[in-house]
Amino acid sequence: MKISLMINEKEYVTHVKPEGMLIDVLRHLGFTSVKRGCDSSSCGLCTVWVDGLPILSCGYLALRALGKNITTIEGVQEEAKKFGTFLAEEGGDQCGFCNPGFIMNVIALKRQNKKFTDEEIKTYLMGNLCRCTGYASQMRAIQKYLEV
Amino acid sequence: MGNIGKKIKKIDSEAITLGKPIYTEDLAIKNTLCVKLLRSPHANAIIKSIDKSRAERTVGVEGVFTYEDVPKNRFCMAGQTYPELSPYDRLLLDKHVRYVGDPVAIVVAADEKICNRALNLIKVKYEVLEPLLDFEKSETSHIKVHSEEDGTFFKGSKDFVKYDLSKNIVGEINKVFGEDPEKTFEDSPVKIEEEYTMQEQAHSMMETYRSYSYYDHLMRLTVITSTQVPFHIKRQLSVALGIPASKIRIIKPRIGGGFGGKQTSVTEIYAAFATMKTGKPCMIKLSRKENYIASNTRHKMKVKVKIGAEEDGRINVIDLDALSDQGAYGEHGFTTLGLVGDKSLPLYNKLKSARFHGKVVYTNKVPGGAFRGYGATQGCFAVESAVNELAKKINMDPSKLRLKNITKEGETTLAYNQNILSSKLEECILKGRKLIGWEEKYPSKVLSNGNIRSVGMAITMQGSGIANIDTSTVNIKLNEEGDFSLLISATDNGAGADTVLSQMAAEILKCNIDDIITISADTDITPYDPGSYASSGVYVTGGAVVRAANKLKRNILKEASEKTGIYFGDMDLNKGMIMTNTGKEVMSLKDLAEELSSGAEGKTIMGSGSFGSDTSPPPYVAGFAELETDILTGQVKVVNYVAVVDCGTVINENLARVQVEGGVVQGIGLALYEDVVYSKEGRLLTDEFLQYKIPTRKDIGELTIDFQESYEPTGPFGAKSIGEVVINTPAPAINGALLNGIGTQFSKLPIKAEHVLKKIIGY
Repeated sequence: MKISLMINEKEYVTHVKPEGMLIDVLRHLGFTSVKRGCDSSSCGLCTVWVDGLPILSCGYLALRALGKNITTIEGVQEEAKKFGTFLAEEGGDQCGFCNPGFIMNVIALKRQNKKFTDEEIKTYLMGNLCRCTGYASQMRAIQKYLEV
Repeated sequence: MGNIGKKIKKIDSEAITLGKPIYTEDLAIKNTLCVKLLRSPHANAIIKSIDKSRAERTVGVEGVFTYEDVPKNRFCMAGQTYPELSPYDRLLLDKHVRYVGDPVAIVVAADEKICNRALNLIKVKYEVLEPLLDFEKSETSHIKVHSEEDGTFFKGSKDFVKYDLSKNIVGEINKVFGEDPEKTFEDSPVKIEEEYTMQEQAHSMMETYRSYSYYDHLMRLTVITSTQVPFHIKRQLSVALGIPASKIRIIKPRIGGGFGGKQTSVTEIYAAFATMKTGKPCMIKLSRKENYIASNTRHKMKVKVKIGAEEDGRINVIDLDALSDQGAYGEHGFTTLGLVGDKSLPLYNKLKSARFHGKVVYTNKVPGGAFRGYGATQGCFAVESAVNELAKKINMDPSKLRLKNITKEGETTLAYNQNILSSKLEECILKGRKLIGWEEKYPSKVLSNGNIRSVGMAITMQGSGIANIDTSTVNIKLNEEGDFSLLISATDNGAGADTVLSQMAAEILKCNIDDIITISADTDITPYDPGSYASSGVYVTGGAVVRAANKLKRNILKEASEKTGIYFGDMDLNKGMIMTNTGKEVMSLKDLAEELSSGAEGKTIMGSGSFGSDTSPPPYVAGFAELETDILTGQVKVVNYVAVVDCGTVINENLARVQVEGGVVQGIGLALYEDVVYSKEGRLLTDEFLQYKIPTRKDIGELTIDFQESYEPTGPFGAKSIGEVVINTPAPAINGALLNGIGTQFSKLPIKAEHVLKKIIGY
C-alpha cells in the first residue's frame, strides 16, 4: 500500500507491504545509515527514533510509524558530529558498522539532560553490541560528551 | 613532524560516525539482483536429485543454479599467499554436501522475498549419510569427509603438509627441538600433564559477509566486497570461475569488522558467478544466522601439554600434542596448527627440549578458518594454563615463574632460530603486577559476602607478518597541487591501518596527515599486498610505506635540485616547503608540483617501495585478571583486566589502546561466554546473538591497558604488530585466577557459571 512517512522532518511517499519493517523502508528510501546486524532484534545496529524515542527498526512495522516523526542519524548530523568527534578522539569508532545505531542511542541519552551514573549509561546502551572496541573507548567518549 | 605516537583520529572517522554510505551494501545500485543460497540441512549427504523447475518459473527469478550448472574447478577459500598450504577442496557447488549450511543451489532474483520464495520451491532428494562430528574420532572413522577421486587437493607438498585423506588428515606437524623430550620429561623432578580444549569461537563481526558484483565499462567482472584479502580473492575467482585474473577487479570499501573471518572468501564467488550468469549487478548478503552456520570459525583444538621442570621452577621441557578440528573444508588448517607451537614455545628460554606435534582433521562441521590469534590463542591457553598449574604445584608465584624462564631481548631460544631483537616482556610483567596490585591480591581473598577475589596471569607472543612470505608494495605520488596520494592495499578492516600508514607517510614527507589522500584497496589501482592478516599492517605494509615515502622524498628533492642547482642532499621537506638544511626556503611543494604538471618537461613524481622481512618480530603481552567468583552461583566476573603490551613503538596511541581493549574483551568472551553447541545431527544451535553470547558492555569490568615500548630495529619507526597478540592472554589468565581462587582450573572453554559451581560444591 502507498503511505506517507515523516522522516527527518520531510515527507516521503512510498509503497509498503503490511508486514514491511521500518528498517527496509528506510534503507529503500536511501537512509543507508540504518544497518541490519541480526534477525532477532538483539544487536542495536538499526536503532532510529520514533517521536524522539529510540526503537529497533528491524522489529518495528513501517505502518506503526504512520503519523509519527522518524529520525535517523541523517537527521541529527550536528549532534552526531559532536559526539562522533569525541568517539573518534578515543579511537572508539573502529569499523563503525554499529556506530549509527549506537550514536542514535547516545544522543537520545544526552537529550534526557539528566545526570547518569556509569552503570546507568551501560544499562541504557546494553542493547548496542560492538565487537571491535571492548566498549571502554565508547564509555570515555560518552562521559566527555555528557559533560559538555 | 610529530605524527608518530600521537592520538590521531582515524582518517575515515567523520564518514563513519555520521553514517555515510561507505560499506559494501550501501554502494550497490538500485535494482541490484539478490543472491541467496539453498543450504544443506544435513551434515553429510549426497544429492540424489534436484527439481528446480518451479523455482525457475517464479516471477522475478533470474536463475537457479545447482552443481550441474557450475564450473568444476577445485579451489580454496583461504586468503593466503600462493601456493596456499590449504587444500583446494571446494567446488562452487558440490553433489556431496559436507556440513549443515553447505550450499546446494544458488538463486538469483529481483529481491530477497522472491529469492526466499524460490528457495522454498526447490525440491532436493538427499541420500543422508552418517556425519563425522567428533574430531577425536576423525582419524580412525570409516566416514571420509573428502575423497581424492575427483582432483588434486593440495598445492603444497605432501612431504611438508603430510595430508592423508584416507584418515581425514588435512595436515600434520612434528617438530622436535634439543634433547629427547620424553627423556627430559622423565628426568625432570616436577611433572605437569594436562589437556585443554578451546571451542570454535565465532567472529561475530557486526557486518555479516557480503559482496556486490557487476560488469564495468570494460566488461570486467568487478566485485566490491567486505574482505581482508582483495588480491587473494582475485586469484580465487580466477581459479574457481575459470576466467583470466585480468578480467577481474576487486574493490574493498569500508569493512564492518573482520577479525580474520574475512580472510576467507565466504561470499565473493556466489555474487561473481551470479553476475556472470545474468550479466547484471548482483549482491549476496549473509543473514546473521548464515554468518554463524556457513562461514568459518576459530579452529577448535585440544592441546595436551607436558611440562617437566626443576623444583626451583626452571622449565626443562614443554611437549605439546594438538588436535585441531577443521570442519568440512580445509581453510587455514595446517598453518593455524603451526602457530600453536611456534608462538608458545619460544616464550621460554631455559628449555633443554621442546616438541610440537599436531594434526588437523576434517569433520562434518562449520569449517575452521583464520581468527585473530590464529592458533597462537589455542597454544597460549594450553601452555599458560599448564605453566600456572606448575606454579601451583611447586608453590611459586606464577609471575616469578615467568620472570625466571622467559626469553629476553638479545637472546634466542630453543624453538626460535633467530635472536629476539626487541622485547620488554620482563618489564610488561613487572608493570602488570603493579597495575593489578599483585603483591596484595595474590593469590586470593574471601570477601565479607563469601565471594572469592583472586588474580591470575599469562604471557603471550605473536608475530608481525609472515617471515619470508608476505611482501607488500606501496606507491606514493606527488599530486599537481602539492598534496600526496598514498596507494596501499593493506585492507583496513576498521582497526585503522589506513590512518597509521598515513601517519608514517606524513612523518617522512614532513607534512600534515590531511595532505595525504589514502587510497585502499582496489586491485586495479593499488599495488599488491597480501592483505590484512598475520598482524602485518603496521610492520609489513608500514615497512613498504617507509621505503616508498623515502624514495618519493628523494625524487622530489632531486627535481628541486635540477631546478635550483642546490645539491639534493642539502635540502629537506618541511610542511609543504622545500628547505635547505640551513633553514632557507627553496620553493614550495605546490610550486614545484604545478610547474611539473605541464609543459614538454612535465612529469609526475612517484615513489614506490616494497617490504618483506626474513623475520616476524614478536609483540608481547603480560595479561592479569582479577576475578570475583560468586560461590553461590558460580558466576565469574572479571573485575579488572590488566594488559601491558610491547608492540615496539606505538604509532597511534589511541588506536593501539582500542586494539588492546577490543582484543581483551574478545578474549574474555572466549573464556567465559561464547559457547558453541551442535545438535546430535550436526546442526549448529548457537546461531544468533541470542544463543551465541558475545560480551555486552555490562559484562566487562575495568580494563587497564598500558604499553612498554621496545624498539624493533627491523620495523617501521621501531614498530611491531598489535592486532592479534592482544586476544591471547584472557583465557589462561582467567583460568589461572580460578586456580588461585577456587583451587582448580578448567580444561574446556567457555568456563560457565555451572561448571564453576560444580567445582565449588565438588559435584
